[in-house]
Amino acid sequence: MGEPAEPGEPVAALAEPAGSGRAGAWARLTANRMTSVGLAVLGLLLALTALAPVLPLADPDATDLSRHLLPPFSEGAWLGTDQFGRDLLSRLVWGTRVSLGVGLAATLAAALVGATIGLLAAYYGRLVDTLLMRGIDTVLAFPYLLLALAIVAALGPSLLNALMAIAIVNVPFFARAVRGQALAIKNLDYIAAARLSGFSDARIILTEILPNVFPVVVVTMATTLSWMILETAGLSFLGLGAQPPTADLGSMLGNGRELVHRAPWVAVLPGVVILLLAVGINLVSDGVRDVLDPRLKSGVLVRPAALTARRLPDAASAAVSAAPAPALGPDLVLSVRGLSTRFEVGGRVLKAVEDVSFDISRGETLGLVGESGSGKSVTALSLAGLVASPPGVMVKGEVWLNGGSGGPIDLARADLATLQAIRGGRIAYIFQDPLSALNPVLRAGEQVAETLVRHRGLGRGAAMAEAVRLLDAVKLPGAREKARAFPHELSGGQRQRVMIAMALANRPDLLIADEPTTALDVTTQQRVLALLDELRRETGAALLFISHDFAVIGDLCDRVAVMYAGQIVEQGSAAALFARPAHPYTERLLQCVPDLKAPHDVTAIPNLPPAVDRLPPGCSFAPRCHRATQACREAPIALRALDGDHAARCLYAEEVAAGTAAPAGAPAHG
Amino acid sequence: MLAYIVKRLLQAVPVLIGISIIVFLVMSVIPGNQATALLGAFATPENVAALNETLRLDEPIPVQYFAWLGGVLQGDFGQAYSLGRPVADELAGRIGPTFLLAGTALLLCTVFGLLAGSAAAVRQYGWTDRILSLLVLVGISTPSFWLGIMAIVLFSLTLGWFPTGDMYSLFGGGGLLDLLWHLTLPALTLAVVATGVVARLTRANMLEVLRQDYVRTARAKGLPERTVIGRHAFRNALVAMVPIIGIQAGFVIGGAVYIEEVFQWPGLGRMLVTAISQRDILLVQGGVMVVATAFVLINLTADVVQALLDPRVRER
Ligand code: SF4
Repeated sequence: MGEPAEPGEPVAALAEPAGSGRAGAWARLTANRMTSVGLAVLGLLLALTALAPVLPLADPDATDLSRHLLPPFSEGAWLGTDQFGRDLLSRLVWGTRVSLGVGLAATLAAALVGATIGLLAAYYGRLVDTLLMRGIDTVLAFPYLLLALAIVAALGPSLLNALMAIAIVNVPFFARAVRGQALAIKNLDYIAAARLSGFSDARIILTEILPNVFPVVVVTMATTLSWMILETAGLSFLGLGAQPPTADLGSMLGNGRELVHRAPWVAVLPGVVILLLAVGINLVSDGVRDVLDPRLKSGVLVRPAALTARRLPDAASAAVSAAPAPALGPDLVLSVRGLSTRFEVGGRVLKAVEDVSFDISRGETLGLVGESGSGKSVTALSLAGLVASPPGVMVKGEVWLNGGSGGPIDLARADLATLQAIRGGRIAYIFQDPLSALNPVLRAGEQVAETLVRHRGLGRGAAMAEAVRLLDAVKLPGAREKARAFPHELSGGQRQRVMIAMALANRPDLLIADEPTTALDVTTQQRVLALLDELRRETGAALLFISHDFAVIGDLCDRVAVMYAGQIVEQGSAAALFARPAHPYTERLLQCVPDLKAPHDVTAIPNLPPAVDRLPPGCSFAPRCHRATQACREAPIALRALDGDHAARCLYAEEVAAGTAAPAGAPAHG
Repeated sequence: MLAYIVKRLLQAVPVLIGISIIVFLVMSVIPGNQATALLGAFATPENVAALNETLRLDEPIPVQYFAWLGGVLQGDFGQAYSLGRPVADELAGRIGPTFLLAGTALLLCTVFGLLAGSAAAVRQYGWTDRILSLLVLVGISTPSFWLGIMAIVLFSLTLGWFPTGDMYSLFGGGGLLDLLWHLTLPALTLAVVATGVVARLTRANMLEVLRQDYVRTARAKGLPERTVIGRHAFRNALVAMVPIIGIQAGFVIGGAVYIEEVFQWPGLGRMLVTAISQRDILLVQGGVMVVATAFVLINLTADVVQALLDPRVRER
């Protein structure tokens, strides 16, 4: 009761199976096991009550005082009799018929009146809307049952009045839902067109708007039907609904309450039947909602786990990799080898990150650049097992973190406790949008202090003092007061400074900044970047800097890796890569940045990157590449070393780097 | 914060006026001669004359309304003819038991609903989640008046652990233990449905919150799951749940009518049911007005609590 539209029970369906029309809806409805159970229960009860007149039942109202209060399983009365000797089985079946009928009638009445109010309010707007919706709000300001009681009090106890009272208190739910939906479609072009062509209001409402709000009405009916059955039965239970000799399930329960000391069995079954009805209706209504309510289709709620799921070749073996730790140079902080992360959505597999390898040394800045969706963020999150999962799964690769007291650790195989000690400690993250990345109900200082308490074991007071010092160090003006502010009270730049303070709090070996300035305005961007660079130099942390902005990358990074469709397509020192791009994609990106000092968006390339579940068999850039040849499309292209640590994933890398034209005779497109 | 409270109080005034109009109108649409209908079996000529005088029934409806409202504002709800005493006196004795019952049930459904909903969300699709979801489904589908009768059959008549009802007055002898003993079954029964609803919505809200970026940030800080869920996720889910719990209060108060009837609890609910069957309209009017006002105040409190938990709300 009283649930606002709640995201439905997520039913094992991340991807909506294709299916359209009525048959499709029915198939989707019955595809859910729980809904089928509900349909079966309801079908059984409906059949039983529909058949009541032809079933061999005793007359439900025939009294026989010589047979009063017989217990169940008596001769001729399976469920026993009540105090007047009436057959309880027969009364139960007929009572169910009455309760169902009344509940359905109340639902239809509420739907009709509520939908009318909602449509009128939405269509005419202004004063009509204000008046109607104020009235509706006032009805909702009453405790649900209480207004129904007041109405019955005025009209007098009877089944019809109870029905009306329950219908009236449910009208607001329909009016609100319908109004919302009608408002959403009212201003659409075709409605406006109908108006201009002189259709009458009534015709527009009935033929254009009503069909579109109909699903909302059905969903609301499905949700409210069980309450209406429960509440009409409740009024009858109180003696304010069905009057003798008519019996519904509620009045039978009322009678059972009076007899509870002498014949406790009388009250059992009517309640069970109401319960079954309500369970059945609730199961079906959840199913109906999932099928009909478009808002819920997209947002299937899945809780991401604390650690990305893994299906690594030797993950089963132990917390520590079965592969022997490689010999890593003393300056190496992180060595990623063959990392592959996928999203498994429904039956589809999206290769978000495919065979990515790179190293970062102490004090070095590696830039990871690419369009959105190229896999750079997923790569960054994979390092500490932070990819949302489901749907993320790490399927291959090693992530060696070097320099700890116990030698290198493979983070891809480390257990959660190990990772939790490293997250926020030796590896720290700065995320893109500090407004959503900071907790809205905790003070800025607390959020910084938290990580100090966790990793340095400081007490609360000491941690808060240190947090203020850190906020000061990131040049947050008035750090002491700002520490007491909530994130929404800070500006975008200030919030990002809080994020940076949080990340640097425990002097990490590796700082991962995922588009740290994208959400900020241009001037703030420059200042935050300068700060980040300065602090990195001071602390000596290695920095993995992710951006789609080549200009920023050029300013900041020693080395650059370019990602396209989940793969690194070119890698090398910033100098080499900017001077002699060896992959046509990099080349194009750089052409988009005429002035490296001006921020520029790499998405300014024609065509979209391919969807990562529909990659072409050969080079994934081929569909957009002006040099593509038949050879490019035949087999996957390997990342080849050129000179020094410069490498590219292109058959014609040397030609591209040398700036020579596409090989003669090769078709440019096709 | 104070400004916010004042603002919300001022917003409550039109709602209360609206409520009073509806209560008044419901009672004045009664078919037939109003005084006779209001008095029912007590329609002696003197009573009819007296009622016409106090309620100004021969004057236009707006005048009647203000006459009635004037009385209500001074705590004068008229005379309860079926009881032969002022409505206000009867209400005063009935409010305590109802609020004790409904308040206890609201507390129970809040605590259990939040716990169960969070547990289900954290173990989404696990066994805890499935069992809890099933319990919730049964909970929200159960007619509480039936559940109460079954509780009496099982715990009172069969096991003899709790009384079947027979609460006559809250503090009439017996003391606190006796009170709790009488309160247990009714409060638990009343809490069942609301617990289901709160659990269901808490689960949905927790799932929503757990997908938020700040939860990922909390995890990226290396905080243990206990802290991530308890401190970062739950506090945000709670912000969304507080007004929902306020709305649940309305369903709990309504459900209390059934439970008072089942357990013979001496509260407003039973009073209302008796008054309706005896058609003592003024008594019904007074009772409904008091309970509806209380509900508005509860929702106002919920809004203030929400603003305390979430600083953003204060600035809306
Ligand atoms: S391999 Fe071929 S298609 Fe791919 S980038 Fe190089 S030239 Fe273009």
